[in-house]
Parts: sequence; C-alpha cells; structure tokens
Amino acid sequence: MKQKDIAALLDEPACAHNSKAKTGCAKPKPGATAGGCSFDGAQIALLPIADVAHIVHGSIACAGNSWDNRGARSSGPKLYKLGMTTDLTEQDVIMGRGEKRLFHAIKQAIDSYQPAAVFVYNTCVPALIGDDVDAVCKAATERWGTPVVSVDAAGFYGTKNLGNRIAGESMVKQVCGTREPDPVPEGIEKDGFKVHDVTLVGEYNIAGELWHVLPLLDELGLRVLCTLSGDGRFREVQTMHRSEVNMMVCSKAMINVARKLQEAFGTPWFEGSFYGVADVSQSLRDFARIIGDPDLSTRTEALIAREEARIDKALAPWRERLAGRRVLLYTGGVKSWSIVAALQDLGMTVVASGTRKSTEEDKARIRALMGEDAVMLDEGNPRKLLDICREQNVDILIAGGRNMYTALKARIPFLDINQEREFGYAGYDGMLELARQLCLTMESPIWPAVRSAPPWQIPQQPLDEKRLPEPMATQASTPAPTPTASAATASPSASAEQTAAAPSDEEPATHA
Amino acid sequence: MPEPTDMHTAAARPAPEIVKRNKALSVSPLKASSTLGATLAFLGMNRCMPMLHGSQGCTAFGKIFFIQHFRDPMPIQTTAMDQVSTIMGGDAAVVEGLATICEKQHPALIGIPTTGLVETQGADVRRAVRQFRSAHPEYDDVAVVPVSTPDYVGCLETGFNAAVKAIIEELVPKATVAGTRPGRRKRQVNILPGSHLTVGDIEFLKDLLERFRLRPVLLPDISDSLDGHLVDADYSPITIGGTLLEELATLGDAAATLVIGNSMNGAADALKARTGVPDYRFPHLMGLDAVDRLVMTLAEISAEPVPERIERQRSQLQDAMLDAHFSVGQGRFAIAGDADLLVALSDLVASMGAETVAAVAPSNAPALKQVRTAQVKIGDLEDLEQAARANGAEVMICNSHGTHTAERLGIPLLRAGFPQFDLVGGYARCWIGYQGTRNTIFELANTMLGLEKGEIHPYRSTLKQWPEAERAA
Repeated sequence: MKQKDIAALLDEPACAHNSKAKTGCAKPKPGATAGGCSFDGAQIALLPIADVAHIVHGSIACAGNSWDNRGARSSGPKLYKLGMTTDLTEQDVIMGRGEKRLFHAIKQAIDSYQPAAVFVYNTCVPALIGDDVDAVCKAATERWGTPVVSVDAAGFYGTKNLGNRIAGESMVKQVCGTREPDPVPEGIEKDGFKVHDVTLVGEYNIAGELWHVLPLLDELGLRVLCTLSGDGRFREVQTMHRSEVNMMVCSKAMINVARKLQEAFGTPWFEGSFYGVADVSQSLRDFARIIGDPDLSTRTEALIAREEARIDKALAPWRERLAGRRVLLYTGGVKSWSIVAALQDLGMTVVASGTRKSTEEDKARIRALMGEDAVMLDEGNPRKLLDICREQNVDILIAGGRNMYTALKARIPFLDINQEREFGYAGYDGMLELARQLCLTMESPIWPAVRSAPPWQIPQQPLDEKRLPEPMATQASTPAPTPTASAATASPSASAEQTAAAPSDEEPATHA
Repeated sequence: MPEPTDMHTAAARPAPEIVKRNKALSVSPLKASSTLGATLAFLGMNRCMPMLHGSQGCTAFGKIFFIQHFRDPMPIQTTAMDQVSTIMGGDAAVVEGLATICEKQHPALIGIPTTGLVETQGADVRRAVRQFRSAHPEYDDVAVVPVSTPDYVGCLETGFNAAVKAIIEELVPKATVAGTRPGRRKRQVNILPGSHLTVGDIEFLKDLLERFRLRPVLLPDISDSLDGHLVDADYSPITIGGTLLEELATLGDAAATLVIGNSMNGAADALKARTGVPDYRFPHLMGLDAVDRLVMTLAEISAEPVPERIERQRSQLQDAMLDAHFSVGQGRFAIAGDADLLVALSDLVASMGAETVAAVAPSNAPALKQVRTAQVKIGDLEDLEQAARANGAEVMICNSHGTHTAERLGIPLLRAGFPQFDLVGGYARCWIGYQGTRNTIFELANTMLGLEKGEIHPYRSTLKQWPEAERAA
C-alpha cells in the first residue's frame, strides 16, 4: 500500500479526532505500547464473513499465533473458522517465492473448500520483500473465476484502527456493488408493510448477540442486506450499496465505510448502539426516522413500548441486586457512553469511564450521563485502573479481555466487554445476560476467600476458641510439639519426608 | 558415577519416514512461532520483560496467546515498528524501547526476540544494544539478551532453545574466567527444561530432586513465574518469579546438569562448553522407562537411596498399566505437536501397546526420527485430519486448535502442548514422573472406555418366539 493511500485513510473527515491538532491516532512508542497492528485490525474486521476463505499471506506468527481465538458466530458456514496461511519459509523469503506460493495457495483453498470468495491479507514480511499481492489476487480471480480480494494491511503500516479502515476500504472498493440484492421473498410485503433494506457496519456478532437484535428488525420489516461483518456472507457484502440507511454499530472503526457509501451512493448513515435498553430503542427509532415511512414509525413505537415493558419487568429483580454497585468502565469509543447508560439503567454507579479512543462528541455524551465532573480516563495503564478501583471503592471493573487478569490478580471482580467475550449483551435480552454476568462475578462467594491472608500469618489475637478444632484448643497451653517429636511418632516413610528438605550447597552431605 | 551420556535407547527401532511439506497453503496451522518460544523462555526469568522486535501486532498476538493459556497477565513489550523504522532501520526503536522499559519498570533482564519483519529487514540488534549501552550507561545494571528468532524458521521449541542458549552465552560466565568448578556445589543440579514441560511438570521435577536432597536450579523456571499464584502486590509490570539472574553465576559450580528434551541440545552444548558441568540428557520423562532412567540418575548424582515414596509411586504406575492395558492396548492415536512432545507421547502410547497411526509436527527436527510411528508429516492439522481419517484413529492428542478437527473426525481430544485456550488449568497438569504418567494412562483408558469398542449389537432372529409386544420392533 502506498504512503499516500495510508495518509488518505488516516485523514477521515467524518471522525471527530480529525479536528484535533494530530491526525488519526498517535504513533506508538517503543517499549510502552499495547494494542494490535494493522493486520490485526483488518483480520478482526473481516474474519466473521463466514463463507470466505481467509488466507493470511506471511510467515507463521500472523496466523499461527492468532487463529481461532475470536468469538464471532456464524449461523451456517464454518469456513471462516479455518486458519489459512502461506506459512512462508526462509527459502521463500530469500528466493522471493512468496507470490508463487500465494498463487498456488489460493488455488488450493478454492479446490479444497469451494469458498464464495478468497480474501488475502498481506503481512509485514511479504510487504517488505515486495510481493505484489494485488496483482496475484487479480490474476487468480481471472484464472479460477472465484473472486479474490486483496486486503493490504501489513502490520507495520500502523495501528489496529488503520487496519479496520483498510479492511472497510477493500470491501467498498472491491466488493460492494458487484451484485444486486435478491428480491424480497414473496408473501412478506403487504399493504402498509414495506420491507426496507439496511446494513449494520461494525457489528461482529460476538457470542451471537446479533441474534438478539435481528428478530426485532425482521418484525419491523428491516431487511439487513449485510452486516459488516458478523454472520456475514460474501454475497451480502456485494449488495451493500443498495441499502437505504447504514448504521455504524458501536464503533468508529469503519467510519470510512459509511462515509464512502454515502459519497458514492448517497446512503445516509447514523451512529448507534445495541447496548442498553434506551440505546436499542433509539437505534430502532433512528432507522424509522431516516427511512421516513410513517407506518414503520408507528410500528416501531409499538414494538419499543412492548419490548421495554417486557424487559423492564424481567430486569426488576436484577436491578434490586445491582442497585448502588460501583463500576469502573474502561472501554473505547461509543461504548464509553452507551454502556454507561446501560449500567445506570441497572441502577449502578459508574465512577469513571475510559476515553482513550473516544471523540469530543463521545465525551460530551459521557458528561451528559455522568455529570460535569465525570472522571474520564485518557490513559488506562493497569496501575492507574487499579488505583482508581481502590480510591473509589469500585465493586467491579468492566473492560476488555486484556485487562481481565490485571483485575483478577488484584482480586477485583471483572466483566469482559470487548471482542473476546463469551456472552452477548446486545438487544433488550442482552441486558438480562449483562445483569446475570455482573451478579455472577460480584456476588460470588470466592472474594473473601481469595483476599484472605493465611490464618497463621495474622498477628496473634485473643484465641477464638470457636475457630479452632477441639483437641488443639485444649492443648493450647502446652508447648507445641517439635518437628522431631512428631516425626518420631510417625511412620518411617514419613520421617524420610520430614528430612527431605535440601541442605545448603556447601554443606557436606550427611551420608558422605 | 556413570559416564554422562545421551540416554536415548531407540537406536534399534526403525526410524519413521519424515514427509516434508508439499502444499502451498497451510490449513489450521499447528505451529506457534519461534518468537513466542523465545518469549516463553524469557517469561521464566525473574524480573524480566521480553520486548519483541517487530510490529506491535507480533506482541499483541503473543500476549493473547499466552494470556489465554496461562490465564494471567503477561508482561511483554514491543519495539512497535512502523513504516519509517521498517524502511529506514529499527535501531532507534530498539534503543528507545530499552530506555523506556528501563525507566518505567527497571527490570533485571530485557530479552529481545526478533521477528520475521526485522530479520527480513536485516536488523543488527547487537549493534543497537551497543548503541543503547553507550547512550544510557545509567542502565548498565539491566541485562539485555537479544536472540534471533524469525518466525519463518522453526517453531515454538526451537525459539525456546535459542533464547535459553542466548541467555547462557550472554550471562553464564565461562569457568576459565569466573573460576567456577563443576561439583563445588555438591548438591546443586542444573536443569534445562524443554518447552514441552508444563508448569506442573517442572514443579514435580523440583520436588523430586528435593527428595534426593538435591538443590535444583532451573533455566528457565516458568513454574515460579507462570504458575498462576497470587502475590501481595496487586500488580507487577514485569515477571513475578522465575530464575534469578544471580543464580546464573552458580551454574558452573553444579554437580550435574539435566537436559529434558532433544530440542534443548543447543543450549546444553553451550552450557557444557562454558562450564564443563557434566550433563545427562533425556528425550522426555513420560512412561516407566524414561522415569526409571531419571530416578537412577538422581540416585547416582546424589548418592542417596531412592526414597520409599518414589518406589511406591513406581509400583502404583505398574498397577495402573495392568489395569489400563485392556482398554488402551491396540488403541489408535493421532498426535500432533512439537517434536519433543510428539516423541514423548508416542513413546507413552507405545509402552501401553497402542499405536500412533497419525503424527504431525509443525517443523522438522532431528528428534522426529525417534517418534514411534511409521510416518511423521511436517504440516498442519489438515494433514493430521487426513491421516487420522485414513488410518482409523480413535483418539487425538493435540493443542486446543485440534478441537474442530476432533469434532469433524468424531473422536475425543486430549489437550497437550501450546496453546490450551479452552481448558482451565492445562498449564498446571503434570504429565511426567510415575504419578504424572499414571494419571495420563488413567485418562487414556477412560477415554478409550468411552468409545464402546468391541460392542456387539443385538441380533434379532426372525425365528425367535417373540412376545407380541416385541415382535413389531
């Protein structure tokens, strides 16, 4: 990928970060950097497209250390779950055989698995030795008739966020608009019930949470032409251009997709979230508002009223259990406020929210929810997060999987809110799951146990007779038995155990 | 004391055919990169921070890889190579990264495994470290060990060996210089544990040596850093256990060195060359024969009788072999793993009268000649799946990536090796020694019992005088 293309991707007029002095995201600092590379971002963004063969062109680390560790679900094909890589060898690198290996690898994938398409992800080593991945993909498409899409997002191009954008760009440029949507199945449209086509951009169907939302959209007659990319199919991505409205779900990562579809096809878009009752309702209203079908608006309001009443009743017992609990939320972007609203709805107090990846607009919404003096964390290194937990008497840390063991090591309850989690929190029913998971960890009986010091290390207190077993309590006045005394009364094999501790190094061995 | 020797006894057995990779695309990769192997070794050093020299994704992936396996935070940093440092040279990134880590965390050791990116670029990490030394004399007390581990060569176990070797060559003083003398510390035994050993395995080894009144010093010791223990401090940005750097100066005074795994030969040669300490090399420690050799060796080094407890455990293993041979015998296994693990598991399976009918290793190694099977394929889990199906495998042994393969084959999976992300506590399991072997044999037996082998299905005679109600059925 050329420097000017990368610069163009980093300059995203629709992103509020652009208005700041710096453009895009900050340069990572050697020795003090967390987070993935562009390849990571590109792969995450597209991997959930289920019927595509995703080939990682590179040496083993890129695919070998990362495949099969994400929670995106598919309702059908499992092809996306297969890790595929050219696994370049030293000979390939030295002799420049990468392009040839890639060409054959594409053929092998098509012959073995008959994918709807092949996506080829470029990585650092082939990018550095100059493999022309675009040309190989083009030649392969012509030769074998299966679409082969090049995703040129080598790790050193930049951050994960840039990788997300490159992935989106590849879809817009190479896939969108290559097919017209199927006709709406017969018997669904009636008088006063028209089906409208929409897309969800940046929805990954983590743990299947999309399936909490889809029934609602179906009921309203909103046909999801394509999700980019949860439970997606290649043929769906091809038809994205025919959407009437695009929703950017819970992330600005692929904001360039929404903007470019608007430029090219005039499709309006809005930013929304499916986390929390209020946000789910708002997103449904936004669809109806932008589409501008009065009948749809009426039906949307009826559905919202019904669903909110239902979920309100179901959540009531959970709200009692969660009331007043204190949360530290450390996530990014839209979630930094949409989850705040969801937690407040459950009666919890959010003491601070992370804003590392949030825009000024996101921050304004946090202030609106949490008050003018809301604590916002621009930098969330583990030390700082733990300090806030202590200072603010936090009951639970809600963050990405990367911080999970930081919290657990400090014996603080934790809930995973990002990519790798195993539970879906989207939609009205997702709130129930969220409440359940919050209670599961916070109300667990393990916390006093894991925080307890060994009882023999606690400074001597007046003997609590109830805590000691009877025989010991009566012996308390006599001197404790010495190790030798106890060994003498034990079996011979036990005495060998007693003396098994190693002597110091320089000491001559007793048997010598 | 017997002459230290290579303990392997497989010379008489025909070596398996090694079939090299012959396809362009690797599907369901088995291989974890050598960079991660080196990282694992550094994570077994006390107060250490590995800094991978590559793009930030190399570290992010590695971090998740180890976090999911060990279920603990992982202190791993990156030189965060970007376009400029990739094209113009990454020395400045190495210097800046080292200085930043020294300033923020002040570890005892920083390991620098390289990646495919910087090796392709032609990075000279040693030169960058020299630049760091002259620019930052204030951090002279922080040891720095670079190791070349491009991920297009070898696999996890080769990178692990390379890092241990690099640590030895950088930080273990030569006997001629430091005046160390083999045997001065009569009770000290060095151990170079291969990457196929789990935290539980290493805990067992240390315990066993202590029963012989020996003092084990491990290089590295992941059982002290990655064993998932809680400490008083709520957070540490560097490793909270592992081999102490000060201990490295004592290796030359030890009575002996135990080397576990053929993959550690490079590191073992380096240690022996520098210190002259005699070494005893074991391909692995699974199964009665292998553990017998270890126990005999310890008895000789320590000049102690074998503790009764150990004898008891040996007889328990014998009893378990009797109990289990009916179900495990003639079993057909498909095994995938790095060479040392593959040799160990195939040996164990063979010792019970079962057969390894499909074997795959992610990259070639001399040790693969010792695998007890007809053929070893250098490849991926697609290869394993095909061989297992063709040869009628009944049980699969592999890392967690094998889950989907085993599902498609419709056979049970026993998880072994890296990574085990869908199993809690896989890192803590002990596979070696008499007891560890016994537990594995129990598990194999129970797995095989679940297969309903030899089940005779009812035959419905057309001539039998069926009661009315049964006749229609």
